[in-house]
Amino acid sequence: MDSPSIATTPHELGSSGLPHAHDHPAFMRHHFEDIGQQREAASFGMWVFLLTEIMFFGGLFCAYLIFRNWYHPAFVAGSNTLDITLGTTNTAVLIGSSFTMAMAVYSAEMRRKGQLVLFLVLTILLGGVFLGIKAVEYHQKYVDHHIPGMNFSIQEFVHPTNPKAIPLAPDMAEKTQLYFFLYFAMTGMHALHMIIGIGLLLFMVARASRGAYTAGHVIPVENFGLYWHFVDIVWIFLFPLLYLISRYR
Amino acid sequence: MTEKTQSTHQDAEVHVVKPPVYLAIFFALLVLTALTTGISFIDLGVFNAVIALAIACLKASLVVLFFMHIHYSSRLLKLTVAAGLFTFMLLISLTMTDYISRAWGMF
Repeated sequence: MDSPSIATTPHELGSSGLPHAHDHPAFMRHHFEDIGQQREAASFGMWVFLLTEIMFFGGLFCAYLIFRNWYHPAFVAGSNTLDITLGTTNTAVLIGSSFTMAMAVYSAEMRRKGQLVLFLVLTILLGGVFLGIKAVEYHQKYVDHHIPGMNFSIQEFVHPTNPKAIPLAPDMAEKTQLYFFLYFAMTGMHALHMIIGIGLLLFMVARASRGAYTAGHVIPVENFGLYWHFVDIVWIFLFPLLYLISRYR
Repeated sequence: MTEKTQSTHQDAEVHVVKPPVYLAIFFALLVLTALTTGISFIDLGVFNAVIALAIACLKASLVVLFFMHIHYSSRLLKLTVAAGLFTFMLLISLTMTDYISRAWGMF
């Protein structure tokens, strides 16, 4: 990690006469007073990044709230085409992956290499299950012609097959495209974050199996945990907004 | 544990959260998920949205406080999270006060 710095003054050479002869772990950077300060700075930096992510997803949530307010009947009709069973299952799967990630941070903290690798792999598997279920849902939307811009059909909304559904006028039925556009934008951005997360997890499994995080250097695991839990929180809000709040009574 | 990370900064003391805490939060999140799905099938008018979002906020708080360790973190990190929430609320509430006064539909 640390590249040997070039000593320029006798003072920096130290008593041993060798450059860089002081007692701190290799992962501690020179500009920090101690490990505690380094961890605090790393967490702070990660949280500042997450704040920009809050504002990024916040813009999408804000757009969803405004258009839902304007075209309420279209959003209710669009929302009811989603599979609530798959949505609830996926929420549980993602919460499970957050739990295994939290346990991975604990394992790194306790310096247990095997346990850390196990929990990282479990997190990858649960993340994969989530994306798989999401792919099944996306495919159903493709089959139903409910992907905006791709042979989108308003048939189901003007002449609903579900007896509980309220038929929409054709102009309002067209607005369901806006619902599905936001559905794909929000869940797609969320899924992209998960794909990036799984890529990072694969990298971390390789490093963890060589003992990189179980000799005191838990910052990478901890900060990745913060990212993964943030992605979980985004889904915690997407789930009620997209699936739940306008079921047919 | 903390013995390897002796710190001169009392705020930066590392607190290792134990598995029973994680397990309890995990089950609480699963119960709340089942609850919010169940309630969505009952007709409560506008309160369907209110309750669903309230449960979502509760779940997010549990994740932030325990999975993300903010409950055990320094005041700097607590303030950082609060700043994020505040800015997000500005985005939502100022936009909505504009729409509510001139082009409000239904929720």
